Amino acid sequence: MAGLFHRVGELARNQVRLIVDGEPVTALEGDTLLAALLTRGCRLRQSEFGGDARAGFCLMGACQECWVWTAAGERMRACSTPVRDGLNVVTAGTAWSLIP
Amino acid sequence: MVADPVIVVGAGPAGVRAAARLVAGGQRPIVLDEADRSGGQIYRRQPAHFTRPPEALYGSEAGKATALHAAFDALRPSIDYRPNTLAWGLYGGALLTLTDNAVARVPYRALILASGATDRIMPLPGWTVPGVFSLGGAQIALKAQACAIGARPVFLGTGPLLYLVAYQYKRAGVAVQAVLDTSRLSHRIKALGSLLTRPGVLAQGLRYTAWLLRAGVEIHTGVTPLAVDGEERVSGVRIRLHGGREQYFACDAVGLGYGLRSETQLADLAGCQFAFDPVARQWLPEIDADGRSTTPYVYLAGDGAMIRGADAAELSGRLAACAALRDLGEAVTEAELDGLRRQLAPMSRFRRGLEQAFPWPARLAAGLPDATVVCRCEAITAGDLRHAATTLEAPEVNRAKALSRVGMGSCQGRMCGLAAAEIVAAARGVDLAEVGRLRGQAPLKPLPISVTVP
Repeated sequence: MAGLFHRVGELARNQVRLIVDGEPVTALEGDTLLAALLTRGCRLRQSEFGGDARAGFCLMGACQECWVWTAAGERMRACSTPVRDGLNVVTAGTAWSLIP
Repeated sequence: MVADPVIVVGAGPAGVRAAARLVAGGQRPIVLDEADRSGGQIYRRQPAHFTRPPEALYGSEAGKATALHAAFDALRPSIDYRPNTLAWGLYGGALLTLTDNAVARVPYRALILASGATDRIMPLPGWTVPGVFSLGGAQIALKAQACAIGARPVFLGTGPLLYLVAYQYKRAGVAVQAVLDTSRLSHRIKALGSLLTRPGVLAQGLRYTAWLLRAGVEIHTGVTPLAVDGEERVSGVRIRLHGGREQYFACDAVGLGYGLRSETQLADLAGCQFAFDPVARQWLPEIDADGRSTTPYVYLAGDGAMIRGADAAELSGRLAACAALRDLGEAVTEAELDGLRRQLAPMSRFRRGLEQAFPWPARLAAGLPDATVVCRCEAITAGDLRHAATTLEAPEVNRAKALSRVGMGSCQGRMCGLAAAEIVAAARGVDLAEVGRLRGQAPLKPLPISVTVP
């Protein structure tokens, strides 16, 4: 599935490898987690109230609509978190719901 | 005993100029910045490894942006700069901050709040569908991440940013589908007198619009937004044109915003008095001409005090620092204060012109269908709010918050608060000023549950 975001430049950056919902994903150095996730998909999380998909809104740390979980159960605000190698994030449900 | 330092909150145009003036006055201020690099939002810096030149990022404002960045870089040895630091609480003459999951209590001798602004948002049905972003957010995606919010976006709302962002997207090669403005051309004509106080800025705005038209971008004014369509992602926008006909625009993203709103929560926690500003239809902290709030040794500058834009922010930051220095017993000449006040005066007039040219569409609040989500955080609808305002008899917004939870979610009403107040006022048939404002509460933004508060 194509993502929401489209890159319009700055493509000559080093690659960063992260894991999203268990799948390996490649992003670019300097990407926020939000940009890395939305260039390949259409959601960051689901609303705790109703369960609909959300993909952030303000991108400046005000709306709190882009918090994602790490597989270890920490929360990160995707619009202000730079990607780094090995980051393991969960967009579908909460981290604990994925524990078998 | 060493005296507590002066703290500046924010490192945008106002915060940087305030810090510079404090340093010139012999202080070594702490500068708290929630971002990882200085510049604020309008002059936000792109991350390392990005290579676009300033002209590509800031257009006609490139010179101002690079000057501000250079000024800040030169200040670094003379200030205590704390990036990635959230100021989330305030009591007893100290700020409570969060940096990398660690909380600190930071006492101050004087406090300059330069906390900036966010987009002013009027909800519409479907605005929580993935692909709807604030106009400011759409600009940040482009400027700081070299990403477009969609391949075929529509920009909806009003204000100078509506045209600027559409222009920047089109220039970046994005297929902008339409610019849909709730304001009418007649608003702009009435505002001309005030807007001519800054002819250069006015001309720039007109150039963006003319360029968009030449580039074949559809622009409609006087529209009434009806809904954003889409399930998993945005598929289109429905509006009513000025003439009354409904029109559908297929698109894959929407940039939404109706001007800006000041971030005033810290002033609230500092006990500053607020007054209803009929120009902005917002409650703002009361300040004197130099930025002094009603709380001693607390000052406001930049868009966090009043939406006047980046140029005014630089001036008001410096002016607030002058006021603080003076109150701390340092010498500041009357000539410097007068000069800054004189330069700011036309910007206040221009601000009134902008509000007249691109008015906040308060009328839309009353027409929102009951099922429209107003509070994104907790999915509180316009109907829930009307129920709280009428059946449950909430006379003002804090009571409506207690009864409906609007504004109680993790954004603390930043996105929904202004619209919620309009909905409550309309449902009760009273003036907006009568329903008050949502009070700020610490923590101003979410904290990890693991932190220990000193």
